[in-house]
Amino acid sequence: MWPEGIHKELSAAGVRLVGYVPDAGHKRLIELCQADKKMRAVVLTTEEEGIGLATGAWLGGQKSVLLMQSSGVGNVVNVLGMVSECRFPLVTLITMRGEQGEFNPWQVPMGQAVRPVLEAMGTVVQAPASAEDIVPTVNAALRLAYNSYASVAVLIPQRVIGIKSFQEQTAR
Amino acid sequence: MVVAGLGSTAWDITAAGDSPLNFPMWGAMGQAAMMGLGLALAQPKRRVLVITGDGEMLMGLGSLATIGVQQPANLAVVVIDNERYGETGMQTTHTAHGIDLAGVARSCKLNVVDDFKQLGKAIHTQRGPHFAVVKVDAEKIPLVLPPREGTLLKARFRRALLGAKADAE
Repeated sequence: MWPEGIHKELSAAGVRLVGYVPDAGHKRLIELCQADKKMRAVVLTTEEEGIGLATGAWLGGQKSVLLMQSSGVGNVVNVLGMVSECRFPLVTLITMRGEQGEFNPWQVPMGQAVRPVLEAMGTVVQAPASAEDIVPTVNAALRLAYNSYASVAVLIPQRVIGIKSFQEQTAR
Repeated sequence: MVVAGLGSTAWDITAAGDSPLNFPMWGAMGQAAMMGLGLALAQPKRRVLVITGDGEMLMGLGSLATIGVQQPANLAVVVIDNERYGETGMQTTHTAHGIDLAGVARSCKLNVVDDFKQLGKAIHTQRGPHFAVVKVDAEKIPLVLPPREGTLLKARFRRALLGAKADAE
């Protein structure tokens, strides 16, 4: 499964700090990171805090990753300016809502704006097309970010997460 | 190692003596405390001080809750509180209207240092996370500005802290 594959990639890349705002699509990956004694999972009150956390960690020589849902992208826009100006490496893994088969109309505007918003702020957006593409894309994103000092977001498609109703989401 | 929030506190740490291990922010308002947390978690054997203004701290109040959960022993957050937005025309902030930042920090399980004679010792040697509010007069004083270029500030900090490893990653 892709959450296990992502966790292995993070571990192999030396990621030791994981900032997150919970999302149903990230549930398994968050659990894997919390259970990993070499990783520290930091729960945030808003996604914006994850940018401060990741940039501070890089000043201190530590690699990190930021997990969020697509709605969180709207909460990080201004502070991505710092990431761009300072060329901080940043890897953000975003589970998509408002994309395919969405049941909550309030998710659609931000979900549809994720790519243009991130690209406007200088983040490289990589969107794996299928479940099999997710782990190789995360591998490449980690290398792009930490070898080339880039901000890279991986969009995990809604059809892979497969939540089709509010009842199904809350049952997870 | 010092992270300063944008505005007066970035000028203040520069007036006290610019250093590669200062990270004065020129933007990203609300993120100074979180940057301090990331740095403190990455470098648990070093001491990290965040100096920021009341307006900047108010924009990132949630970060106090996040710091409270993580309990970094090597982090101190000091708010220089003039009860004003100093860069934008000296409008009053919430603290001018009785909002108590130390009370918020206390509720978030930070160790609030009220006695300023103890503050230096707390920052340098005692188990944190510490928090202090330093009330200051709202006055305009000559500015001492740090370098502005973000890549320079980042690179000089990492080289001073990490040496050759800074460029090897």
